[in-house]
Amino acid sequence: MRAVDAVMECLKAEGVDVVFGLPGGANLPTYDAFVDGGIRHILVRHEAGGGHAAQGYAKATGKVGVAFATSGPGATNLITPICDAMMDSVPVVFITGQVRTELLGTDGFQEADTIGITMPIVKHSFMIQNPLEIPRAIHEAFHIARSGRPGPVLVDIPQDLSRADIPYEPVSDVRLPGYQPTLEGNQKQIRQAAKALASAQRPVIYAGGGVVNANASEELIEFARSDRFPVTTTLMGLGAYPAQVDGTADPQWLGMLGMHGTRAANYAMDEADLICAVGARFDDRVTGKLSEFAPRAKFIHIDVDPAEISKNVPAHIPIVGDAKHVLAKLVVEYRALSADPARLAQWWERIEGWREKYPLGYEDSADSEIKPQYMVQALYEATGGQAIVTSDVGQHQMWAAQYYDFPAPRRWINSGGLGTMGFGLPAAMGAAVGCPDQLVCCIAGDGSVQMNAQELATCAQEQIPIKVFIMNNGYLGMVRQWQELFWDGRYSHVDTGKFPDWVKLAEAYGATGMRFEDKGTLVEDMKRAIATDGPVVVDVKVTREENTYPMIPAGQAAREMVG
Amino acid sequence: MGEPATKEPLSLEELQASGNLRTGRKHVLSILVENKSGVLTRIAGLFARRGFNIDTLTVGPTDDERISRVTLTVDGALHPIDQVTKQLHKLINVLKIRDLEPADTVSRELALFKISADGPQRGELMQITEIFRGKVVDVTKRSIIVEVTGTTEKIEAFESMVRPFGLIEMMRTGEIAIARGRGET
Repeated sequence: MRAVDAVMECLKAEGVDVVFGLPGGANLPTYDAFVDGGIRHILVRHEAGGGHAAQGYAKATGKVGVAFATSGPGATNLITPICDAMMDSVPVVFITGQVRTELLGTDGFQEADTIGITMPIVKHSFMIQNPLEIPRAIHEAFHIARSGRPGPVLVDIPQDLSRADIPYEPVSDVRLPGYQPTLEGNQKQIRQAAKALASAQRPVIYAGGGVVNANASEELIEFARSDRFPVTTTLMGLGAYPAQVDGTADPQWLGMLGMHGTRAANYAMDEADLICAVGARFDDRVTGKLSEFAPRAKFIHIDVDPAEISKNVPAHIPIVGDAKHVLAKLVVEYRALSADPARLAQWWERIEGWREKYPLGYEDSADSEIKPQYMVQALYEATGGQAIVTSDVGQHQMWAAQYYDFPAPRRWINSGGLGTMGFGLPAAMGAAVGCPDQLVCCIAGDGSVQMNAQELATCAQEQIPIKVFIMNNGYLGMVRQWQELFWDGRYSHVDTGKFPDWVKLAEAYGATGMRFEDKGTLVEDMKRAIATDGPVVVDVKVTREENTYPMIPAGQAAREMVG
Repeated sequence: MGEPATKEPLSLEELQASGNLRTGRKHVLSILVENKSGVLTRIAGLFARRGFNIDTLTVGPTDDERISRVTLTVDGALHPIDQVTKQLHKLINVLKIRDLEPADTVSRELALFKISADGPQRGELMQITEIFRGKVVDVTKRSIIVEVTGTTEKIEAFESMVRPFGLIEMMRTGEIAIARGRGET
């Protein structure tokens, strides 16, 4: 069997139903195999779009996403998605073509040292040196990508090796002696954590993307409700704990924490005596000034990646394990202690005080102007809060995180760690392919969306019905905000003007284009856009200069929140 | 959106003060790795990314041809070393890491010294070599080459002794280390 046909067999054995990619010289043999391979392939217009689509697919479905590219520029175009997947722990397998082995190291046409370039930003990579290694490498790549702390894995296959005729036998096991993630969590440590929780007077659960990755949302909810533990999540953890239950705010939900989180969440972290971190990594956007972060707290830190524990904040009770396993055990241990919930009454009084005094809010316009925050609220209403929402990076991302009350995990797909502009549209495309029965909306920034707008052609060709709502203020809004607040309002290259005409551009790409400018009809207009078949791009004109608040200025402490 | 959130320029002194210049005791890390292409690059790259300077590095085969041993010495304080070993463990091809305790470890390094030695100096050089249990491995009219094995400290001591004679060239292998006692390193 040709090695490339073996690749197809391996992909099918791994349950792959779709690949995002773009062919070129070095992966011509692989693309020949797609003709009869029995795997859906979606031809993207730029490899970065394919990589982000694979990420969106992975985040929405929980399965491994797959992206293909050719050698040289095809592979270098994947760098941003690979790095993004590394930062946000997204399971994606990238398969790149490489020049023929005889050309390796000769600066051959479209040769790039893909393995070398990507080494710092992959969970692992395989340089194929013998065609017989290909099936095993592919299976190991999937195993590594999806297990433990998920991440990107790259397989680089030289063109001549992919043409080899190899005896193919299904691989049923992977042997990786140096890779055995700890999932269960140490029982003694878990018991200690339960005891600490039972005696805590001011506890907070701080959950992150690890809970989503481990499909541990149910366990988190059960754990939080086994007492009246206040819960906050990171940007990546939104939806792991429901913001709303049956239309009313969940009483234990404090909102997101961090730079643009709620005051209730940040102040609770600041005054907590015990913080239980689950699948979160104490990112600088969460901690602010590290030396003043949660100064009164002891830390329980549950993470599947031991290197995260005590990396930024020393943990008093470290627990290496997967959130699903550890939380399930922690609930049992905690219940056995029959802690008195009344001890938290005072703490809740304090939290309720903050909530009442500092709710998330903004000053609405007096006329028909659409405030960007309202745009997110309108989308929530138009979708009944049930859409998968992707975003780019910037102000719109933060407003989406603040005002779209995610009721479930895998509904909020954004680039948190790397902060990649242009992520949202292709990620929505991937999510929509992975979840064809769900409504997928992208809240995009007018600055970001152009970075991968070419994928509208893919969406039109494949009839992938994403609904892109561009929050259009004609600015690189977050940079403008920083220049206004911290650089004396000296605006430097943040005005993006009024181009392109999004309605025309959408139509040129074969999508439907719309433009909304009236607050009064926005919800109904959005419903109309959502009801339109195929991909839709909506240019929503919003207030030009609006700041994202509240905000902890970078490098400062939670107490110094402004706005 | 990077830091700082201020338009005030940072002075070079401030940058230095906030830098993570750490010094601590020397750590000898003995790392078993799968003998696969790119492993050394992965390890070296990891150190570079985390801002760690490798003092010495040796790589060699073990009794199992599928496995190689990397011995490296690092200057670091306790906490960051912990982070580095954890990060090293994340490399799929890394099988085992030991942060060797100096007291429980036998470590050796091999060094070759090319020293200028005209007539009368030669005798004195030979004497020093003998004291350090070194070996003269090459002699010409104007120079000798001495081989010395031992701990890093011993080699440094020998170097300081012979430098006044005119050290033409020196080559050192970097340390290898093995745990004392019956147990495996």
